[in-house]
Amino acid sequence: MKELTVDATVESIPVITEFVDEQLAKYNCPVKAQAQIDIAIDELFSNIVHYAYHPGTGPATVRVEVVEKPLSVVITFIDQGVPYDPLAKADPDVTLSAEERAIGGLGIYIVKKNMNEITYEYKDGRNILKIRKEL
Amino acid sequence: MTIETKENGKEITLLPAGRLDTTTAPQLEAQINAVSERAERLIFDFQELEYLSSAGLRVLLAAHKFFMKRGSGEMIIRHVNETIQEVFEVTGFMDIFTIE
Repeated sequence: MKELTVDATVESIPVITEFVDEQLAKYNCPVKAQAQIDIAIDELFSNIVHYAYHPGTGPATVRVEVVEKPLSVVITFIDQGVPYDPLAKADPDVTLSAEERAIGGLGIYIVKKNMNEITYEYKDGRNILKIRKEL
Repeated sequence: MTIETKENGKEITLLPAGRLDTTTAPQLEAQINAVSERAERLIFDFQELEYLSSAGLRVLLAAHKFFMKRGSGEMIIRHVNETIQEVFEVTGFMDIFTIE
């Protein structure tokens, strides 16, 4: 298990992505799974950046671990900001025309579709969001 | 991300290379804004693009809406890889964008 704590800022997104990619490389993660995990990091970490400590900032921790049966990578995002459950929102209507389209909610929807599992809990003043992707 | 721009008369092609995400989407948006007024055809060639997130979708949708509002010209997306194609599929953008 490896973890990294950074400021919840846009500038930290590439830092977190590189940190996770380094761990994934050790497990010969397929290119496509890595791209999907990197997309999930962008969606979930940018949510923390924009909502957790708004309008200020604070720390965010990303933890990477690999579990067996089935072989999966589990990534946990932890912040101490306002309680925010991104899974509570209804899925967006993806059949709307271009005129009616907004992007809100699509990010978390992409994560739900690309990951095998996503869970959220608020515990001890912390938002804990966990994703699991089979390798 | 780097973005190569090719102009052939009123056909303008943008070739972003790397990752289109929260950090890099403003770069592509700025380049779209710089060329879209004079473009009759705006082509996004994603040959060198690894993936895009919803931040990238937002920029592409804005460009699509620009052409719809203007009532002339078109926007085409080319050479998407499997990961990008799946993002377009699950979000319903396959039916909105012209993807070759």
